[in-house]
Amino acid sequence: MSQPNTSESVFGASVLRREDARFLTGRGRYTDDVTLPGTTYAAFVRSPHAHARIRAIDIGRAQKVRGVRAIFTGAQLAAGGVNGIPTAWLLPDIKLPPHPPLAVDRARYVGEAVAVVIADNAYVARDAADLVNVDYETLPAVVDTEGAASATTLVHDIAPANRCFHWSLGDAAAVDAAFRDAAHIVRQRLLNQRLAAVAMEPRSALASYDKATEDLTLWVTSQNPHVHRLIMGAFVLGVPEHKFRVIAPDVGGGFGSKIFIYPEECVLAWATKQIARPVKWTATRSESFLTDAQGRDHVTDVELALDAEGHILGLRVKTIANLGAYLSLFAPCVPTYLYGTLLSGVYKIPAIHVEVDAVFTNTTPVDAYRGAGRPEAAYLLERIVDIAAKQIGMNPAALRRQNFIPADAFPYQTPVALQYDSGNYAPALDLALRKLDYPKILEEQAQARKQGRYVGIGISTYIEACSIAPSQVVGSLGAQAGLWESASVRVHPTGKVSVFTGSHAHGQGHETTFAQLASHDLGIPMADIEIVHGDTAAVPFGMGSYGSRSAAVGGTAIHNAIGKIKDKAKRIAAHLLEAAPEDITEENGKYFVRGAPDRAKGFGELALTAYLAHNLPRDVEPGLEANSFYDPSNFTFPFGAHIAVVEVSRATGDVKVLKYVAVDDVGNVINPMIVDGMVHGGIAQGIAQALWEEVRFDDNGQPLNASLMTYAVPRADQLPSFDTARTVTPSPVNPLGIKGAGETGTIASTPAVANAVMDALAPFGVTHLDMPLTPEKLWTAMESAGEQRRA
Amino acid sequence: MVEIHLSVNGAPHHDEVEPRLLLVHYLRETLGLTGTHVGCDTSQCGACTVLLDGKSVKSCTVLTVQADGAEVTTIEGVATAEGMHPVQEAFHQEHGLQCGFCTPGMVMAAIDLLQRTPHPTDEQIRTGLDGNMCRCTGYQNIVKAVKAASEKLAAEVPERPGRTPIHTPLGVPIVQ
Repeated sequence: MSQPNTSESVFGASVLRREDARFLTGRGRYTDDVTLPGTTYAAFVRSPHAHARIRAIDIGRAQKVRGVRAIFTGAQLAAGGVNGIPTAWLLPDIKLPPHPPLAVDRARYVGEAVAVVIADNAYVARDAADLVNVDYETLPAVVDTEGAASATTLVHDIAPANRCFHWSLGDAAAVDAAFRDAAHIVRQRLLNQRLAAVAMEPRSALASYDKATEDLTLWVTSQNPHVHRLIMGAFVLGVPEHKFRVIAPDVGGGFGSKIFIYPEECVLAWATKQIARPVKWTATRSESFLTDAQGRDHVTDVELALDAEGHILGLRVKTIANLGAYLSLFAPCVPTYLYGTLLSGVYKIPAIHVEVDAVFTNTTPVDAYRGAGRPEAAYLLERIVDIAAKQIGMNPAALRRQNFIPADAFPYQTPVALQYDSGNYAPALDLALRKLDYPKILEEQAQARKQGRYVGIGISTYIEACSIAPSQVVGSLGAQAGLWESASVRVHPTGKVSVFTGSHAHGQGHETTFAQLASHDLGIPMADIEIVHGDTAAVPFGMGSYGSRSAAVGGTAIHNAIGKIKDKAKRIAAHLLEAAPEDITEENGKYFVRGAPDRAKGFGELALTAYLAHNLPRDVEPGLEANSFYDPSNFTFPFGAHIAVVEVSRATGDVKVLKYVAVDDVGNVINPMIVDGMVHGGIAQGIAQALWEEVRFDDNGQPLNASLMTYAVPRADQLPSFDTARTVTPSPVNPLGIKGAGETGTIASTPAVANAVMDALAPFGVTHLDMPLTPEKLWTAMESAGEQRRA
Repeated sequence: MVEIHLSVNGAPHHDEVEPRLLLVHYLRETLGLTGTHVGCDTSQCGACTVLLDGKSVKSCTVLTVQADGAEVTTIEGVATAEGMHPVQEAFHQEHGLQCGFCTPGMVMAAIDLLQRTPHPTDEQIRTGLDGNMCRCTGYQNIVKAVKAASEKLAAEVPERPGRTPIHTPLGVPIVQ
């Protein structure tokens, strides 16, 4: 791996990460690693019931435990002025039930916090929490996504039929007409099971209040510290924003689950003031499984209409989305604007209509998990296209190719609101097929079937929408926030540079990629640049990282701020060189009159000149610092083709992924090594959804697999090596041509693997099974198919 | 309270601890060695892996009193004045880490794996790291890193017969 230092080469180079040294030597600083003098520890008392009335809470015995400092209940918080946690995305006629940080009279899911015990050490806090006696009257629980609407029990009294909202998009009449004209109609019911994000670092928070200065500081596992500060300060706690500092230090993975405002950090931020001591809490893994917002959980009926030659005419989708017991921060936008708008995929589909019913149940709240809505859309579309190919008797690659939006049709307006920025889909599929040697694999598959082996090939040609924007549009769709990003670039007098970004890294390597970008733009070595993020006291208000937006939106904000720096540097250089600013050009950090590079002013010299201010043009202020708030004009749309080859064991139903080829087009790439790494991890998570992972509850709402012993996060020996490649179609939306790469793997891989397994089972006449495609499920399907044949 | 004497990263420690205190909490809270992480409560994730008398253990499943008289090595004790351990260096070179949370445990497990199996195949690496979870990398570059480290260490470590791990029903590899 080379480490080029010249400014021309670092953009697009696989520069090794500067974050690594601290993580590899145990010097990372995650929230739970921070301890202040006098720190106390919180333990939460949680409901063991999915639905129960809280009759009384007896803290008598717990209070007597030595070392216990305070115990608070929901009633005390409410009396102390703590409000409920709001949602930040509103839809027409949405039901907004209150979400108090500690349940007051009713608990609505297993694990919901009902009281907090704060003690001098974490063990004592846990001991005492176990002695808090809550008198519950259990109530019937609503659990099933499909059954929620007809359940006699209501999760929230304000939501009849447990419906949170009904949402639709597209032209229903046009779809009806398309189906009337269709030669083929393909129908399928698809379950997209509930998943847990399982970031390896459990959620954690440490709150500290300084009575003398009235400053509140919160260290928290957050993907967006400013959003945490705004929502907690302005809505939940009533703490003035300028007296509230939120720090998200090193964060050990997020995958969406650390976007949201959770009850625990609200309780801590309030309690620290009450007891005048810092308070810390870190989730156990069991608590993570019970309380981290979960993902997916859709039941969908999909219908696809095609003409006699296999051209897609129309798509009709009806989805029930389970939101869990409360509305998490961005829950309403996930099964709507991040889902329904993606249903055209990479295909030219003249008519689309989608309806979504979102329901409350007595289960853990559901919100964005890596991909968030887009994996659900891609799974649905890629499954139904595959089923259609089988039904019509066409090759699945050929059916896809003939329905691709052609390369000359961009910008392309879909029938579901979005306008795709750029795309060139056929080369990505062709490259994937070539890398796999598709004809040879088809032949091998046929040979294997003769030997009684069940090999399957699954294709997925997906689209993703990243860096959701612009703010005016998302505002009109219900977002209660803008979706721009900030950057501040501070050049020090010696020419060294601090870049403050509103993006937040929790594994993405921004300290490296953003330094590459800044080095490229400024023409100075990476070593002269530091990247600062994750602290509201240091960084201008920023929106944080989710939806694969950091490079495309946060990166462009840095690029634009640097543009302002360079403009000012040019004016100073022009003054020193006695030339007009428009005649000054810059190369590798040297500023000179065009055509006369020998009389150049270096970046360091210009910085020093700006700060000495002895010799500046009359209309130029001292100093060299610039801000940018960049609001993109549109989303960006990465795409690609993934192909999985699997073998299903007839004896055990076990699936082995034999080969995996991924071709992604994420636009321009700052650091290919880092992008490949994110693609690997995303594919692993997507394969895990197809084959192993599923959050399960029993009929009473009791979680059945809320630990890493029972929830099947894949281990190293379950996964193959992935063969990755890229095509490059730059985005015209931003000046960097970047699209976004954090979620492509997760979106693409689930349908690729599911399609491959179904292809393997084709000889048994099996056309569809719902995920996860566990050995038991596959073995049973093969057995019953065999029995039917014998009978 | 129970009196214990142990060595951590070569430094002697003498403390009185509660019998129930987990080794990982002793390391993190008492000694301030926060490089060792806690990722689960059930000994599944391996983020807390340290070496106890040279062998990898999950320190969330070891009581501090069990480490009485032992030598403990944590991630903070792996690098030397000359620089990072070859396994650490290989993780850096091969991009074997992203968020960094599983990394200390993964490095400790890899060091132990290479002590037992100096010339592992990719499959042996995948099986050997079965007790350590990573959610970011899909393991691909971790496997590459361990392979690269094994090649670098090969000159230094004499060949010993490899031992094959046996998988218990919970997927925890036990090496005989």
